[in-house]
Amino acid sequence: MSSIALYPGVVLPTAEEEIWRYSRIEELSLDSYVAGLLENQIDAPADVAGIVTQGAAVGECGVAMPIPVDAFAEINAIHCSGAHADIITVKTERGKSYASPVVITRTLSVSGVLAAPRLIIDAAENSEVTVVEHFLSADDISSLIAPVVEIRAAQSARVTYIAINELGNKTWKIAHQQSLGERDSTTRLFTVALGGDYARVRTEARLVGIGATTQQVALYFADKTQMHDFRTLQTHIAPRTSSDLLFKGAVQDTAKSVYTGLIRIEHEAHGSQAYQTNRNLTLSHGAWAESVPNLEIETNDVKCSHASTVGPIDDEQRFYLESRGIHPDIAERLVVLGFFNEVLERLPQIDVVSGLRAKVAAKLHAGAK
Amino acid sequence: MSTLIIENLVAGIPGKQILNGINLTLNSGEVHAIMGPNGAGKSTLSGVVMGKPGYVVHSGSVTLDGVDLLALPAWQRAQAGLHLILQYPTEVPGVHLDDVIREAYVSRGRDTSTLDAEIITEAGRINFDMSLVERSMNVDLSGGEKKRNETLQLALLKPKFAILDELDSGLDIDALRDCARRVEAATQEDNLGVLVITHYARLLAELRPDVVHILATGKIVKSGGPELADELETTGYAGLTQ
Repeated sequence: MSSIALYPGVVLPTAEEEIWRYSRIEELSLDSYVAGLLENQIDAPADVAGIVTQGAAVGECGVAMPIPVDAFAEINAIHCSGAHADIITVKTERGKSYASPVVITRTLSVSGVLAAPRLIIDAAENSEVTVVEHFLSADDISSLIAPVVEIRAAQSARVTYIAINELGNKTWKIAHQQSLGERDSTTRLFTVALGGDYARVRTEARLVGIGATTQQVALYFADKTQMHDFRTLQTHIAPRTSSDLLFKGAVQDTAKSVYTGLIRIEHEAHGSQAYQTNRNLTLSHGAWAESVPNLEIETNDVKCSHASTVGPIDDEQRFYLESRGIHPDIAERLVVLGFFNEVLERLPQIDVVSGLRAKVAAKLHAGAK
Repeated sequence: MSTLIIENLVAGIPGKQILNGINLTLNSGEVHAIMGPNGAGKSTLSGVVMGKPGYVVHSGSVTLDGVDLLALPAWQRAQAGLHLILQYPTEVPGVHLDDVIREAYVSRGRDTSTLDAEIITEAGRINFDMSLVERSMNVDLSGGEKKRNETLQLALLKPKFAILDELDSGLDIDALRDCARRVEAATQEDNLGVLVITHYARLLAELRPDVVHILATGKIVKSGGPELADELETTGYAGLTQ
């Protein structure tokens, strides 16, 4: 194993490691990239404009991920302290609720670069904020993006983060989401993944304060030769914490998806609840989805459940709609859009979200006009 | 006037023959009841006629005004004018009633501009809670709500013939009355022909049949007027199927 010239000391993982099993890490050659930058656009209406800073100091990094969790988080940390730093911070005021969302659009428009932006959401006590991070690139852009979002929710703070991946079909994404929930806080991490060639997200919600709550919700839909790869962690450290995870995905053509999730309830976290649901639809014979849920419980007096399914559209659901005179393709389309509705209905109803249903529909072959 | 004819229908599931030659002719506006004990083949009959996956037809025919239904996929049977109310309506998460009816209208080339108003009118006729229209199809609905939902779809789609597979199972008395009366009204307003499959006679007190057929071991063993259902209440199936 050799480290990479661009990032001395960084050793890339291999698919031998459990957390990288099924991934496409073996195809990656960092030598084919040079460090680069995205173009950022921040839409922050007047009430939130003052809480967003672009080009913050490297010292801001580490609020929720003090130590990089893997090679790509390390690469991101190296970028943060160098010439290609791209740090945006959202820092709320104590006790303040912000009605408008902060929408950050990050566009990759150059091929052959590795961009590693960082977003830091630091929510002060009893404040409330919603931040959207929207990733875009054109179809011919062959680059790698390794973003990190760190979220700290102080006592009773409420943070909603939404990542939308509409990257082009040659762009790779290896992302990290890390949240830290203090006492009685609520963190919600949403991901909508439609784009990318290989798009991976490692998302970890750490519940460190008594009574902290988290939700992790994702919609992913891969077609052609795309692959979506999710590694989720629900880490309960403090007592009476609760986590709820819902990940729903579909694969079409020869696309692939991987979901592996771990609920970890540590020794002190008695009285906690953790739920994890992953459902996958395989819409074509050549499509493939893997789902691996795991539990690690080190204490008593907890409520946990996990459910995972992979399979084609349910015959009975299709028949039910067909028995109303609906063509099989349209019936299939209704079932798939219905399947994703459960996730879309949980997303905050803001502008950038409202168009997502139509984008999902546009990707579907079934019943396409 | 339309006619649904089932002739010498022999069918079942792979490896097991369940229907052993069914003959039945149903005309527009008529209500025929099929009664029978558990395992007689009642649900198989409804599934085979509608084209539910999992059944095998060995011989016989089912025609609607001369159209060979068995040669058509389920969605075309529905377009030909057949409708099935399932005993256990299927849950379709995330799909709302109005989405389904809209697509069903579009597939029939029907105008959807007044659909919302039609749904409100029809929901009112059967005391269906309008808030349920926006809910996922049959998900977290009570037994009564599910059958009201099914009856609402029947009323909107206005088929020529409807098969009600145990509409009464799991129904409270109010929902039973609301659903049965709406179907009865459709036989008069829209000349709907109804094949009502049931285990118990209580549904037939609200939805008066013209003909009652007794189904046992995959064959119609006896047919008669409404009095046959009353007879059944006193003698039980054992007396009638011997």
